[in-house]
Amino acid sequence: MSYPLLSLAIWIPIFAGLLVLATGSDRNAPMARVIALCGAILGLLVTFPLYSGFDSSTSAMQFVELVPWIPRFNINYHLGVDGISMLFVILNSFITVMVVLAGWQVVENKVAQYNAAFLIMSGLMNGIFSALDGMLFYVFFEASLIPLYLIIGVWGGPNRVYAAIKFFLYTLLGSLLFLVALLYLFIQSGGSFSILDWHQLPIAMGAQIWIFLAFLIAFAVKVPMFPVHTWLPDAHVEAPTGGSVVLAAIGLKLGAYGFLRFSLPIAPDASQELAGLVIALSLIAVVYIGFVALVQADMKKLVAYSSISHMGFVTLGFFMFSAMGIEGALVQMISHGFVSGAMFLCIGVLYDRMHSRQIADYGGVVNTMPKFAAFFMLFAMANAGLPATSGFVGEFMVILAAVKFNFWIAFAAASTMIVGAAYTLWMYKRVIFGDVANDHVRELNDINGREFLILALLALCVLGMGLYPQPFTEVMHASVNDLLRHVAITKIQ
Amino acid sequence: MEMQKLYLLVALAPLFGAAVAGLLCRVIPRWLGHTVTIAGVAVSFIGSVLVFQDVMAGNTFNGPVYTWMTTGDYSFHVGFLIDSLTATMMLVVTFVSLMVHIYTIGYMHEDPGYNRFFSYISLFTFSMLMLVMSNNFMQLFFGWEAVGLVSYLLIGFWYTRPTAIFANMKAFLVNRVGDFGFILGIGLVLAHFGSLDYATVFAKAPEFANTTINIWGAADWSLMTVVCICLFIGAMGKSAQVPLHVWLPDSMEGPTPISALIHAATMVTAGIFMVSRMSPLFEMSTTALSFVLVIGAITALFMGFLGIIQNDIKRVVAYSTLSQLGYMTVALGASAYSVAVFHLMTHAFFKALLFLGAGSVIIGMHHDQDMRNMGGLRKYMPITWITSLLGSLALIGTPFFAGFYSKDSIIEAVAASHIPGAGFAYFAVLAGVFVTAFYSFRMYFLVFHGEERFGKAHHDEHTGDHDDEEVSHDHHHGLAPGQKPHESPWVVTLPLVLLAIPSVLIGYVAIEPLLYGGYFEGVIHIDKVAHPVMEELAHEFHGPLAMVAHAFRTAPFWLALSGVVVAWFFYMKRPDIPAAIQRRFSGLNAILENKYFFDKINETVFAGGARLLGRGLWRGGDVAVIDGFIVNGSAKVVGWMAAVVRYFQTGYVYHYAFTMIIGLLLLLTLWVRV
Repeated sequence: MSYPLLSLAIWIPIFAGLLVLATGSDRNAPMARVIALCGAILGLLVTFPLYSGFDSSTSAMQFVELVPWIPRFNINYHLGVDGISMLFVILNSFITVMVVLAGWQVVENKVAQYNAAFLIMSGLMNGIFSALDGMLFYVFFEASLIPLYLIIGVWGGPNRVYAAIKFFLYTLLGSLLFLVALLYLFIQSGGSFSILDWHQLPIAMGAQIWIFLAFLIAFAVKVPMFPVHTWLPDAHVEAPTGGSVVLAAIGLKLGAYGFLRFSLPIAPDASQELAGLVIALSLIAVVYIGFVALVQADMKKLVAYSSISHMGFVTLGFFMFSAMGIEGALVQMISHGFVSGAMFLCIGVLYDRMHSRQIADYGGVVNTMPKFAAFFMLFAMANAGLPATSGFVGEFMVILAAVKFNFWIAFAAASTMIVGAAYTLWMYKRVIFGDVANDHVRELNDINGREFLILALLALCVLGMGLYPQPFTEVMHASVNDLLRHVAITKIQ
Repeated sequence: MEMQKLYLLVALAPLFGAAVAGLLCRVIPRWLGHTVTIAGVAVSFIGSVLVFQDVMAGNTFNGPVYTWMTTGDYSFHVGFLIDSLTATMMLVVTFVSLMVHIYTIGYMHEDPGYNRFFSYISLFTFSMLMLVMSNNFMQLFFGWEAVGLVSYLLIGFWYTRPTAIFANMKAFLVNRVGDFGFILGIGLVLAHFGSLDYATVFAKAPEFANTTINIWGAADWSLMTVVCICLFIGAMGKSAQVPLHVWLPDSMEGPTPISALIHAATMVTAGIFMVSRMSPLFEMSTTALSFVLVIGAITALFMGFLGIIQNDIKRVVAYSTLSQLGYMTVALGASAYSVAVFHLMTHAFFKALLFLGAGSVIIGMHHDQDMRNMGGLRKYMPITWITSLLGSLALIGTPFFAGFYSKDSIIEAVAASHIPGAGFAYFAVLAGVFVTAFYSFRMYFLVFHGEERFGKAHHDEHTGDHDDEEVSHDHHHGLAPGQKPHESPWVVTLPLVLLAIPSVLIGYVAIEPLLYGGYFEGVIHIDKVAHPVMEELAHEFHGPLAMVAHAFRTAPFWLALSGVVVAWFFYMKRPDIPAAIQRRFSGLNAILENKYFFDKINETVFAGGARLLGRGLWRGGDVAVIDGFIVNGSAKVVGWMAAVVRYFQTGYVYHYAFTMIIGLLLLLTLWVRV
């Protein structure tokens, strides 16, 4: 491990983004795109050794880098990944390549700035997943809001300003409470910002509850959980395709990741105490949001609601405190990264051609875009959790873990098998099947080589993970088991 | 060759064909598309024959292929269990699939989606093989949903037809309702047995005989009852048992070859196969078996009634399939698993034959499916006529034909069963014999005999299902006046002949070894003390020919014969009688026409209710309360406060001076008082 791989994964995209920003303008847009793509691919390549060099037998942090940053407050540039976070660094870097490709011919306005925003955001998100210092985490966590805020606010749809501000305020509200909790932990731990130190810190029950609630609000907004989810559909609807992809594939995972890195290990007793609350909110997300998704007329809104429903499975899996539940939730997170990303890209493909996201404006797309219809079918089925796709694995694990936990919780969660299939396939039927609905549909061109490449890569990921999830789960075992052992031990002294 | 490699080859050969024909469907020519898929399925069939011989020689296999996933204390594998039950299913699936592949060359030859169709049916064959060859619940579920997917794709194969794309979504969703129960059952198995491998689960099952779990209220349920009912709900979806049967009649929107392959011979019998496979579990719960028995009996009888009033040739066969699936389920409930599998096998042959025969008629009629426009076809389509007659005779249980042996065994098994519900089931299956004979020969006479009614092109008289009989569709042309139907090409008639042979003979050949010869020894487990049905059957069995001789003295034979005679009288001799009955009993007729109102209830209560609920939650919850009141509301409050507070900052110095003085005075007062 001679190379600081995590730093490279963070800083390569950021520097590439700055380079694009410095050199690019709309006059030489092609150059900006090429630089951005090279930066994204390079950023992805440096993450592969994270998997190949990963030691899945230990739960300790790996690829650790530790440099003092602000010694006055004992803040360190402390990076490292374990079986929980490592896959997300790779996923994020992969999705970045996808979005740069996805915006290739589509974005013509402020090309350099657009690509730069995505690259910088990608680096910051890698920072979130690998930060082991509370303050460093917070800085990355907050900083990553800015590019996404700009992406929605600048390249978004007609109502983009409302959506961007709603998104920003919602998440800022959560993160302020998060900051308070961090400062409290800093003082309690006698002046340490190390997350790993906090994991060992004894805390009284009352304080744990407050810390847990502060974390809960911060992360619940990000996930998003019911009832703080309403920013997501608006943000998705107004965001450009790339923004939606990153938001769904990575953005939503930040909150869920926070639960595992902060809530569970730092406040284990409060987590056990308040698990019922989180489980209840998760089930509401799964069932309530499923029905809400059913009646959406806007495809992006439908997929946005479907994302909330799928993320309900993630939080449900976490708080049953079983290995299968947590691993199932992690698998669901990765799978959702592929599937929701692909769903938004598919909607983007249609939007680029028709400039509408209304289901009613479509019909019979399969007649003019058969290749696209085939891909969309695969991703729709993955969204409905069909076996052999990645969407099945996580749901299967969480449902099975839930049956063991409580039959009726499993019953409610499993209802997504019906409702999830209903809203996905009903949308698919209305958009893709049928006779050509109107002249716009008649004039559609099937996907081009670039779009084919993107969708095919994602299709391979979806199928590969569905047919053989073992490589994904085996790296998680040690870390998840360690986490569970940790959660089982009380911190009250 | 090493047997494990052969198993893999059997399963993967159709997948290879499907991948080539599917991924390159626009690139490769048609002959290559059908050659590669037929070759794949042929390899699979030959392999299945070899596997069957190997199993007959006493070699079984149970082992993993690869580890799908490990998590916590559990590990999930993809693996094969090859025993007599699997080998039987493999033979049936690959043989019928091969026949259907060949037949498709003729049936689909004008269709622009030719290669795509071959790709789908090969993919189906792969999925079905994975289902029956599985050695664990996970892979079973995997194949279970995969066949559902292919069924979805194939029902909606003609994706421009509104009825087809409605039917395929309906089929998928109704199946998902079943799978919902199924996955809960699987979850309970894993939670209590700690494994999803059949062998481990079945070995551990006896330990849980008296385990109870608390599911609802204070009452304790036997674990095995809950597990078995959950699993059976899955079977109800896939094998179309009331009330989850509603998708199967609509699935006839798909091309006829897949109606034969998927919706008659193989996929819909997956539930029967599954319950037979789980016999060690079901045997431990008489309650669950009673549930199975009653559901099966209801399906067997009441779906048969609906077959009587259908005018679409495929729908008659579809309702007949529903009814026969009910018979198989009844056999399961009576603990006669081997009889259910036996009927599954004979039914696969004769029902595939009937569907393909119906398809041949549809080709001859230029895609007109209305029996009222047919008649007298025997002169023009002799091979189709003879083979369909053989299929119908097998279906109604004519002695010596395949269906006779299996259906009579079911009836006797139910008669011997004494679990709750057996009395009703016995009545249902017995009455069902008459109904089956009646609707089968109604169809037979209307299509092949009597007055030639084709060439008149009166499509405007459609009645019945308004939602599924599209009048003005291009797939529904029919013969022009003066045109005569022609016998179909050899690729169509060859499979008919090849399927007719087992439809006649397989019962005679197979009954003794399959039911009484220890064929399923160690595979199907029966609690001989609690459910001694098979013992009693074996006691009364004296060889297949003696069974035929005995049949003439039993009720089912005479019921079947009277069904045929009544059909002949009603539809050949006095066609005015059925019309009169229809008028006389218009209330009853309305119930049947509306298929007991299942569709209407589902449409309004479940589909409509879900949409209403979704709209209510969205408009009321998300938009009004959360966004309108809390989010934008708090923004408004902030805005309002800011607007109020703004008045304090007027910018006039005398305002500020005034406030300062007042404030100073107030402070002074407070200070002085203290």
